[in-house]
Amino acid sequence: MNTRQAIRSTNDFVIKFANVNGSGSASANELFARAIMRMGVPVSPRNIFPSNIQGMPTWYEMRVSGAGWLARRGGCDMMVAMNPQTWDRDVAELAPGGYLVYDSTKMLPRSKFRDDISVIGIPLTELCSRDYPDVRQRQLVRNIMYVGALVGLLDIDLAVTERLVSEQYRGKDKLIDANLRALRLGHDYARQHFACPLGLRVERADAVGDRIFIDGNSACGLGAVYGGATVTGWYPITPSTSVIEAFSSYCRKFRTEPDSGRARYAIAQAEDELAAIGMVIGAGWNGARAFTATSGPGISLMQEFLGLAYFAEIPAVIYDVQRGGPSTGMPTRTQQSDLLACAYASHGDTRHVLLFPEDPYECFTLGAQAFDLAERLQTPVFVMLDLDIGMNERLCKPFDWDDSRRYDRGKLLSHEDLEAGKDFGRYLDVDGDGIPYRTIPGTHPTKGAYFTRGTTRNPYAKYSEAGTDYVYNMERLRRKFDTAKTLVPAPVLTKAAAPTRVGAICYGSTSPAMAEAITLLQDDGLHLDTLRVRAFPFSDEVMDFIAAHDQVFVVEQNESAQLRTMLINEGEISPKKLVRVLHYDGTPITAGFIAGRIADELAALKVSALEPHANPLRKVAP
Amino acid sequence: MTYLAKPKLLRPDTPRNALGYTRRDYEGAISTLCAGCGHDSISASVVQACFDLDVEPHKVAKLSGIGCSSKTPDYFLGNSHGFNSVHGRMPSVLTGAALANRNLLYLGVSGDGDSASIGIGQFAHAMRRGVNMTYIVENNGVYGLTKGQFSATADKGSKSKKGVINSDSPIDLAALALQLGATYVARSFSGDKEQLVPLIKGALRHGGPAFIDVISPCVTFNNHTGSTKSYDYVREHNAAVNRLDVILPKAQIEASYPPGSLRRVVQHDGSILHLRKLGVDYDPSDRIGAMNYLQERQALGEIVTGLLYVDSSGEDMHAHLNTVEKSLNQLGDAYLCPGSGALAALNASLR
Repeated sequence: MNTRQAIRSTNDFVIKFANVNGSGSASANELFARAIMRMGVPVSPRNIFPSNIQGMPTWYEMRVSGAGWLARRGGCDMMVAMNPQTWDRDVAELAPGGYLVYDSTKMLPRSKFRDDISVIGIPLTELCSRDYPDVRQRQLVRNIMYVGALVGLLDIDLAVTERLVSEQYRGKDKLIDANLRALRLGHDYARQHFACPLGLRVERADAVGDRIFIDGNSACGLGAVYGGATVTGWYPITPSTSVIEAFSSYCRKFRTEPDSGRARYAIAQAEDELAAIGMVIGAGWNGARAFTATSGPGISLMQEFLGLAYFAEIPAVIYDVQRGGPSTGMPTRTQQSDLLACAYASHGDTRHVLLFPEDPYECFTLGAQAFDLAERLQTPVFVMLDLDIGMNERLCKPFDWDDSRRYDRGKLLSHEDLEAGKDFGRYLDVDGDGIPYRTIPGTHPTKGAYFTRGTTRNPYAKYSEAGTDYVYNMERLRRKFDTAKTLVPAPVLTKAAAPTRVGAICYGSTSPAMAEAITLLQDDGLHLDTLRVRAFPFSDEVMDFIAAHDQVFVVEQNESAQLRTMLINEGEISPKKLVRVLHYDGTPITAGFIAGRIADELAALKVSALEPHANPLRKVAP
Repeated sequence: MTYLAKPKLLRPDTPRNALGYTRRDYEGAISTLCAGCGHDSISASVVQACFDLDVEPHKVAKLSGIGCSSKTPDYFLGNSHGFNSVHGRMPSVLTGAALANRNLLYLGVSGDGDSASIGIGQFAHAMRRGVNMTYIVENNGVYGLTKGQFSATADKGSKSKKGVINSDSPIDLAALALQLGATYVARSFSGDKEQLVPLIKGALRHGGPAFIDVISPCVTFNNHTGSTKSYDYVREHNAAVNRLDVILPKAQIEASYPPGSLRRVVQHDGSILHLRKLGVDYDPSDRIGAMNYLQERQALGEIVTGLLYVDSSGEDMHAHLNTVEKSLNQLGDAYLCPGSGALAALNASLR
């Protein structure tokens, strides 16, 4: 190709690996990502994988961004094409001037290539066959070999990469040797046969800092350990399963009784999601901190039980790792489409507390805080992450914990409290905040026992179908939900560089794309204040933000604008004021998409880039 | 059972158990079930069993699903926490509760609709999982609250009150429990408290999943001629294999038995089950034999009752999970939270 057209970029490109799932490529690709991070350059990789165990195509798409942008960028500057099955579409996907790295052992006809890209053929299979007699090992070292080639091609520090290999296989010396050899073979071949570095290269920087690299599901599992969870009932479902795997692994590490080796936790794999949430509710009723992890179909199955927990006022924590719905939908693709199903889960008048972590750091912090909220409010609390942050490793702040912090067990009466002879009415609003006092079984021989039920009852937990009792209870639950507003994490406001009457609201995994979109818009002279909502019920700051702007974009990764619906419903906001920006094809939202949509809408609304606030937008009723 | 409100005053000679409690201390709210309902007799048997065993009322958690039977935990053990959960899902709620605190007695009460239809999955898996509990099904073969539809335990050929003949095959929950791993399986009849009370006592002292299928006639919808769950029918077809006496570890054994007529089983907690043989030479330690016997007798139209199977060597769910002795719900922050030091090391491994 004409090399003058080749893309030239340092620390700012997208590289995509096309692999076959089950071929062991994931750990090699992750090692490659870590090598770049160790050089101080931020990366954000994303697995694009099928609902399948072995043999189907899978991609690992990685953005390298010296500027630190962690959202998906889209596009592809370099394709490492290791899957013959998807060759044609992989080659087609490359940007003009991009680079194609492939296994050149087998000759491919000219028609299989493009003439506007750089083609880098490395005879991986041949090199492996020559050097590795063990056939099974060949496949695995082939992966590390292309990493070696990329290290050479992109000017990545070989010593850093070698150290990572040694860390990854610590204690398995044979594997270290085999992998190091393959790494160097790939590296040397690239250096000997191509002009290295290419137009794309990685240069040492200092943009990673002390951040850590972990997936949100693992962070949730750790958050559950730190949050004091002792019981989990769960049922396997993509993309949430690894939350439980992580919880289990951190429990073995942190929750094994030193002398006896016995477990300070109980993990029960249930027969379905109904039983999973049933166990959580049983444990919560009995005074243990309990949680489950699931995804959309599981949420659907849990509806009846969630209504019981709401009405009988039992703490429970649910990590919902959202995927594409409805029905089985897109099980391995990301979406934020369970908000309504969770916020108003179950029949009758219900409202539930939702938390929206933006990244693994918040999966940990909100994941732990959820248990305090659930016990304080005696109600289910949902941590609404999604596949994008749940199953992909993401750079985030290191985890921290305040050792002076104590679990908030809420209004839980002890033996002494009951001895003191206070009037105990399980559903009595003693403090005016809607939150009643509770007891757990076994507390006192003669005081504090009550009968828990999903039917209406009076404040003393006695069965009642009296309208007055029912209304008292519903009004108290409403007050309790108002109290929740003051307890949930506050939204995060980011002011625009210049005063503006236009705002944007986002939540969860949309956060990095939103931040990047704002700078893109700003470059075009369009200024927006942004508010990242972190919880439902919406605290007053959310409504104040909407009131302070003439037009507010609500950026979501679902088709029906679910958060917007909730804002309209709960805040009595005029729908005209809230403009939808919706991305829902299953891929993570990009800054380009958000900025493009907002710029188009603003143009249609005739908001001048030069005078962003001189010309107020359409007036709407408060 | 507390069908009628009773005076609060106690006679000075009212019997008290070792804890100083009277039977009244084990009673609950006034039953709202129909007069003569078999379920009320079962409630009374639970009261008697707990009184006899000197159970501390607050150390029992009673859980149920939805239906007539599931209402009954309100009518006994008023000083125990109760949980009337959702239809067919009591087993999972009980399982979670048992995970949270292994040091309480768990009593699950369910019905044939609750356990054999909507909740058969949860019933099956709670048995498989080895939850340490006493699971009583108050089995009347009919849906009472919705006025007389057949349930899944209704026998084929049984006639409903409206004259409809049931054409579906029945589910035998005791047979299922045997197959699924329950380590204490019994069947009884609400009209035979002498048989039922010891069976409940043995179950409460059993250290694993204990299941009792209690045929409990519905006087309103299923007590007519042609029903196989009526008082008359069950009395006529009841074929008891044994009679049980439960002896607590410290108790003096007073009864004497003719030689060869007694089988003795020592449970985990030291309680002793004395099984008096009745006629047939029935071996309650033979699970496969028990399953065959049930099938054979059922084919002959008999309702086999008694302690059908007991295995006192089984392990429960907590043993499988290797959990600590202390209840998980009693572990404080210091036992649960690894603290900031552990995070520093963890953060370092994630860079």
